Amino acid sequence: MTLKLGIPSKGRLMEKTFDWFGARGVEMRTAGSGREYVAKAGVEGLELVLLAAGEIPRELGAGRIHLGVTGMDVVQDRLAHWDMQVKELARLGFGHADLIIAVPDFWADVSTLHDLDAAAAAFRAAHGHRLRIATKYHRLVREFLRDQGVADYALVDSQGATEGTVRNLTAEAVADITSTGETLRANHLRPLDDGVILKSQAVLYKSRAADWSGDARDRLSALLDRIGLGSG
Amino acid sequence: MTERAVRDEAAGLLRAFEARGAVRIEADILQPAETLLDLYGEDIRARAYVTADPLRGEAMLRPDFTVPVVQMHLAGGDGTARYTYSGKVFRKQPDADRPVEYEQVGYELFGGEGRAAADAEVFAAFHALLAPRGLVPATGDIGLIRAAVLGLRTSEIRKRALLRHLWRPRRFRALIDRYRLARPAPQPVGAPGSPEIGLRSRAEIDARLAALAADAGVPPLSAGEAELLDAILGLKEASGMVLSHLRDIAVDMPAIRDAVTGFEARLAALDAAGIDAADVPFEASYGRTTLEYYDGFVFGFVASGRPDLPAVATGGRYDTLTRALGGSDNAASVGGVVRPGLLVELAP
Repeated sequence: MTLKLGIPSKGRLMEKTFDWFGARGVEMRTAGSGREYVAKAGVEGLELVLLAAGEIPRELGAGRIHLGVTGMDVVQDRLAHWDMQVKELARLGFGHADLIIAVPDFWADVSTLHDLDAAAAAFRAAHGHRLRIATKYHRLVREFLRDQGVADYALVDSQGATEGTVRNLTAEAVADITSTGETLRANHLRPLDDGVILKSQAVLYKSRAADWSGDARDRLSALLDRIGLGSG
Repeated sequence: MTERAVRDEAAGLLRAFEARGAVRIEADILQPAETLLDLYGEDIRARAYVTADPLRGEAMLRPDFTVPVVQMHLAGGDGTARYTYSGKVFRKQPDADRPVEYEQVGYELFGGEGRAAADAEVFAAFHALLAPRGLVPATGDIGLIRAAVLGLRTSEIRKRALLRHLWRPRRFRALIDRYRLARPAPQPVGAPGSPEIGLRSRAEIDARLAALAADAGVPPLSAGEAELLDAILGLKEASGMVLSHLRDIAVDMPAIRDAVTGFEARLAALDAAGIDAADVPFEASYGRTTLEYYDGFVFGFVASGRPDLPAVATGGRYDTLTRALGGSDNAASVGGVVRPGLLVELAP
């Protein structure tokens, strides 16, 4: 049986993934004509499956791929009990990004979750609805705010351009991924001092649900030996 | 456990509640999500199944009957009424072994002959059905904790903040710790001249900065008061013993006197209902994490020796919820639910 490895289908994540494996003796390259989503690995029995990074958690959870490279943020947000569905084989040292909560910089009274909670209570009383936080990471943000005891907020879905939601009056605050903070600053937002929900990076995951019968396990051992991860 | 046995059990419970004067009612399985979200906040999304309809918007598979029952009651006037119902509720579970849909049979009392009598009447209805099956009662009183918070010698703003977080013990504790210390006036944060974006206005920000500056002048909560509050939150004994502790605490914290009088009146009403009230277990923090809309007397019935099972029955007073849904200021609501599936599972 071939071992299926899901990798991000485009952009820097794909290139960095190729670089990471390449540096460890596993050549990967795109194949076919420019826009065709096909890639090949220079290892017998290893099949590359190009997927949107956000879909890799689902494919791992369903066991349709044996291995996958994607961000911790999407795995932990999309998979319930993620650690029971997948296993982290290696943190790859790229794709660093923090999931943070940010508020408009001119909110001179808000620098912590305590402030956010108090501001949310006053906001709800004044506006008649909960303080809206725009995000695509619903599970992670909700669990974090529940653990921290923040109330009177509502999550609103934002699948892109999240930093623009405050200016567009569709949210009062955002919870989003940031690496340099550049986009936040450009949109006049400031992260809370204690609002880091997750420090994410790209990870090589193993699916616990995939079919590990036949020679799949041996092929995994061989691959892990080759990339210097021993037997995982 | 068969569905049939559970339905038979549910039918028996319904008949018992009807025999106590309750009118049988039904509720829709699909409930508008907006009302539930407004009442319970985002946490309900983690518990309830949400579905979307292009015409009607978001809906939830009913996570409980309370909201539709209160709405039905208010639609028909706000007088004294007793209701019973039976049906499935749907809740996501953290643990894959627990059922996500299960039968509930409920009994709710609106109005009634005063607080103590209404609390006792509802508790007695559940006690009569569940005590003979060996289930053990647990009781608590969120109203007592509210009274203790209101009795603290601190600002109204701090009291309101504490009351808002009664159901979030971690944030409640963080607030108490915060109020124990003297606080410097906060320094404004952010770059001067940042553009004003979003719905929250400059005036709202200035108002909170002013409130924070005023709060910095509030004397720290005394160690003695924090200890009294802890003493109340830590009460866990038979109700008779708790009453005598509360009388002692009330000497130092007169603000809880009315709540203690109410506690005593409830014990008397329970005695009158034929329950040995002094022996009923009481735990002041009971219901603070799991029964978030209750604001007074709370109760549950559990199977002793089965910590793996959730409570077989839970209930309590939820006047604030009824008011939030449009009930009058003196709206009084007490009720509870039994899970017949657990009764079947526990049957010898």
